[in-house]
Amino acid sequence: MDGVHDMGGMDGFGKVEPEPNEPVFHHPWEGRVLAMSRAIGVFRAWTIDTSRYAIELMAPSFYLTRSYYEKWFLRNQNLLIERGLIDADEVAAGRALRPAKNLTRGPFTLADVEKVTKRGSYSRPAPAPAQFKVGDRVRTKNIHPRTHTRLPRYARGRVGVVERLHGSHIFPDSVASGKGEDPQWLYTVRFDAQELWGADTDPKLKVSIEAFEPYLEHV
Amino acid sequence: MAKHDHDHSGGSNLSDVELRVRALETILVEKGYVETAALDRIVELYETKIGPHIGAQVVAKAWSDSGFRQALLEDASKAVATLAHQVGNVGEHLIAVENTPQLHNMVVCTLCSCYPTDVLGLPPAWYKSFAYRSRAVKEPRAVLADFGVALPVETEIRVWDSTAETRYLVVPMRPAGTEDWSETQLAKLVTRDSMIGAGLAKKPSEVA
Repeated sequence: MDGVHDMGGMDGFGKVEPEPNEPVFHHPWEGRVLAMSRAIGVFRAWTIDTSRYAIELMAPSFYLTRSYYEKWFLRNQNLLIERGLIDADEVAAGRALRPAKNLTRGPFTLADVEKVTKRGSYSRPAPAPAQFKVGDRVRTKNIHPRTHTRLPRYARGRVGVVERLHGSHIFPDSVASGKGEDPQWLYTVRFDAQELWGADTDPKLKVSIEAFEPYLEHV
Repeated sequence: MAKHDHDHSGGSNLSDVELRVRALETILVEKGYVETAALDRIVELYETKIGPHIGAQVVAKAWSDSGFRQALLEDASKAVATLAHQVGNVGEHLIAVENTPQLHNMVVCTLCSCYPTDVLGLPPAWYKSFAYRSRAVKEPRAVLADFGVALPVETEIRVWDSTAETRYLVVPMRPAGTEDWSETQLAKLVTRDSMIGAGLAKKPSEVA
């Protein structure tokens, strides 16, 4: 979707302000939100792409004014309700009102922690041979799906070069739309900055994206 | 975004958020989805165990051991797995890219906040800020200036937008005057920001 989350190249957000000696969490509740996000993953009620899409679907004014972990919190709560793990009246009451439905496994315990603090694999067997090879010139498609995509706006309809091939991965656009993992080849595609930002940009700048094969066409 | 601990903008009432977060945790515990001690442990891990010191050890090893450097650049997940006894387990799809006098690498996620958490811990607020996400792909030299870094104009800048599940770790340039340093000493020079490409490794004089 062409949402406000797709920020590459936008102006007006000001300086980048590093915070000296920044704590890992600015408030204890942020740590609880992060921990709940990780823990609930073991129930496989949704995927990482679903969770990104849920944040993208928040109203732009909300997205731009709420803190990072506040958005995460709301996303978790909404998805938990939507997937039937908890109910809205329980949120209103601030406590459980009935036993969990369809509990597929026991609670997330200390023994499960390592599973969620180490990244899993997103590789999947390829359904077909790769259409592009390293060194190929490719054009990104000019697509504007209303649903989740990982092709940023600034890199649509641009000509670049395939620099790396990463194998076949879960395709976010499909999985976030409930169409299954639909594995696709994943490439690093490199662009000259002038292709992205015009002739008067930094001539010594190159930018790459990680592009799934359905985003690309032969030049 | 860096100073969101005192939010007077009217956008949110943090004590209200805190109460709602606590309520959600209560519901998840009471319904039997999570145990409080396991959540405590996740917070503790990110506060004390999973952080940029891991990446710093990886970089220091690459600076000291050319065989490891080569392996790291070829397949970082595989190479870092050989250090598991030292840095713990890391996950899939890690890619290391090396800075040289001719090339400076910089990593961003313009769409959300993708970050090599296994080797750097949780991202700093600036990495998730709208300013960094919007500007890094368009005017990285100006972004570097915000960090007090000025590269020669002839240095090529390469920005990696993390739009998939691949995760990038920048291997900064080894500072001059460290030829006889041990890996442990070298690791102290490797800052978090230098492994994102928003900074350079420290000079020996900065840690003396």
